Amino acid sequence: MSAANKTLRPKTIKGILTARGVFPYVFILPFILSFLIFFLYPIISTVEMSMQSIKGFDTIEFIGLKNYRNLFNRQFFNALSVTARYTFWTILILIPIPLVLANILNSHLTKGGNIYKSALFMPALTSVVMAGLFFKFAFAEQPTALINSIIVSLGGEPYRFLYTKTGAMIVLVLFCTWKWMGVNLIYYMSALKSIPAEIYESAEIDGANSIQKFLNITVPSVKPTIIYVLTISVYGGFAMFAESFTLFNGARSPGDIGTTLVGFIYNQGLNQNNFGLASAAGLVLLGMVLTINVIQLLITGAFRKEA
Amino acid sequence: MAVQSKTKTNLITASIIIFFSILSLIALMPFVFLTLSSFKPGVEMIQNGLNLRLDFENFSLTNYGYLFTQREGVYLHWYKNSIIITALQTGGGLLLSSMVGYALALYKFRGRNLTFILVLVVMMVPVEILLLPLYKLSIALKMFNTYHGAFLPFLVSMTGIFFFRQYAIGMPKELMEAGRIDGCTEYGIFFKIMMPLMKPAYGAMTILLAMGSWNSFVWPLIVMRENVMLTLPVGLQTMLTPYGNNYDMLMSGAVLAVLPIMIVFLFNQKSFIAGMTAGSVKG
Repeated sequence: MSAANKTLRPKTIKGILTARGVFPYVFILPFILSFLIFFLYPIISTVEMSMQSIKGFDTIEFIGLKNYRNLFNRQFFNALSVTARYTFWTILILIPIPLVLANILNSHLTKGGNIYKSALFMPALTSVVMAGLFFKFAFAEQPTALINSIIVSLGGEPYRFLYTKTGAMIVLVLFCTWKWMGVNLIYYMSALKSIPAEIYESAEIDGANSIQKFLNITVPSVKPTIIYVLTISVYGGFAMFAESFTLFNGARSPGDIGTTLVGFIYNQGLNQNNFGLASAAGLVLLGMVLTINVIQLLITGAFRKEA
Repeated sequence: MAVQSKTKTNLITASIIIFFSILSLIALMPFVFLTLSSFKPGVEMIQNGLNLRLDFENFSLTNYGYLFTQREGVYLHWYKNSIIITALQTGGGLLLSSMVGYALALYKFRGRNLTFILVLVVMMVPVEILLLPLYKLSIALKMFNTYHGAFLPFLVSMTGIFFFRQYAIGMPKELMEAGRIDGCTEYGIFFKIMMPLMKPAYGAMTILLAMGSWNSFVWPLIVMRENVMLTLPVGLQTMLTPYGNNYDMLMSGAVLAVLPIMIVFLFNQKSFIAGMTAGSVKG
C-alpha cells in the first residue's frame, strides 16, 4: 500500500502507467480487447443475425425466432446426426483404448516405450489437409487403392467408402483415431506416473489380478484425465469440419453423408448467403456443446473437485 | 520355475514389442505413402488411388521441380505466406499471452477472477461457431487478403494464457520484491527478471502456437481469397479439384509442408509433447 503510494505520480501518463495498481490492467489489456472485439461482439452479432432475414446487404428484416423454426429440416437433422454419430464413435474409441495402451507402455515388461510414443504422436503434428490427402486417396473407390486392394486380396468387393453413409463415417472416425490416439496416450501416461507404486504393491499382496488393479486403482486414479479427454473430445467432435472439408473437396458431400453441423453453417452462411439460418444453427450448436459439457462435468463431479 | 517365468516374461515383452511396432507402423503409414507418391506422376494417383505399387522406373523428382516452375510459382508464395503468418502469430501470441497469464498469476486486482473465468469461457467455445460473425467483422475491418487478417482474431491464445498462468503461479515472488527494492518498475520486473525465468514455458508454447498457426485451415480458408495470398493448407486444398489437373504438385507440396514440423519435432520431442499437452490437468 505505502509502496504503491510512493511510486504513484498520477499527474503524468507515465506515472499512471507505472503505478503498481494499474500495471496488471495494462498487461491483461490484450485479452480484454481480443475478448470484446473477437468474441463478445461476434456472439452478440450472431444472436442478432439469428433473428434476422438477411438478403443481400441492404434488405435486413427482423423475423424473430423464424430462423430457429426453419432449422427443423432434413438437412439440419442430417448434419446433427453426422456430428453426433462422429462424436459418439470417436469417444467410444479414443477414451478407453489409449488408456489400455498407456498401461501396457508403462509396464516394466515393455521396452523402447518412448519410440512408440513418438511414432504414435507424430500424426497429431500433421495438418488436417495433408493427412486428409492420405485418407482421401487410400480410401478411394478404385480396386487398386490401398484399402480396397487389401479388401480385394482378402476376397472382398471394392467398397466406395466416400460415397456411402457408413463408409464416410468409418473414414472420418479412423482419421480422428489416427490423429489423436498418440496425444491421448500421452495424457494418460503422464497421469499414470503420478499413481504411487505402493498402491499396486499392496493390492498385489491382497491377491488382486491385473484386470482388478486396472479397474479398481488405475481408472479411479486417472479420472481427472478421463474427464479432460472427454471434454476435449466432445468439443472436437461437435466442431469437426476441416476433416470433412478435405475428404469431400468442400463443405458439401454426396448426399450430405459427411456434412457436419459446422459444414451446414458454412454452406448456409458462406455458400448460400443465408446468414440468419446459419447463425441460428451456430447458436444451437453452441448451446449443445455447453450443455453437454456442463452435464458431463456435473455427472463426473468435476465441479465439486475444483471447489 | 525361475527359468520358466523368465521365458514367460520374455514372451510377453516380445509380443508387446511386436504389437506396438505394428501400431507405430500404421501411425506412420500416411507419411510413407505421401512421400512415395510424391515421386510418382500425378496421373497414377487419379487412376489407381494411393497404392503400394512401386515401379521405381517411374520415380522422379519432377513433381518437386513443378513446385518451383508451375503456375507461376504460386506454391512458393504459399510457403512464404505460411512462414510470415506463423512467425507473426507465434511471436505476438507468445508475448501477449504470457503478459496476461503472468498478471493473472502474480498480481491481485479487482476483476482478476472474472478475467480468468472469461478466459475459460472463450476456451470452451469452438471458434467454428464464430466463423460467420468474424467473417462479417473482417469485411468491416478490411482484413481480407492481409497477413494480419489471417491471425488477428486468434492472436491472443487462451491456451497460452492458461499455460503461462499455471507456470507463473509457481515462480518465486521474492524475486519480484527484490526487483522492486532495486528500483525496477513492474514492467522491468517482467521483462528483465521474470520473462527469462519463464523460458521453458516459452519453449513449449512456441511449439504449440507455431504448429497451430502453420496447420490452421478454417480461418485462412475464409479470409484469404486471392490465390497468391493463400497459406499452405488452404492452397493445397484448392489443388484437390475433381479433375486432378494439379495432382503432380499436390503430393510433393504436401510433403514439403509437413517436413519442417517433423524435423523440429525430431530434435525437440520433449518440448513438443509438453506444449501439445499443455491444457491438460495434472492428474
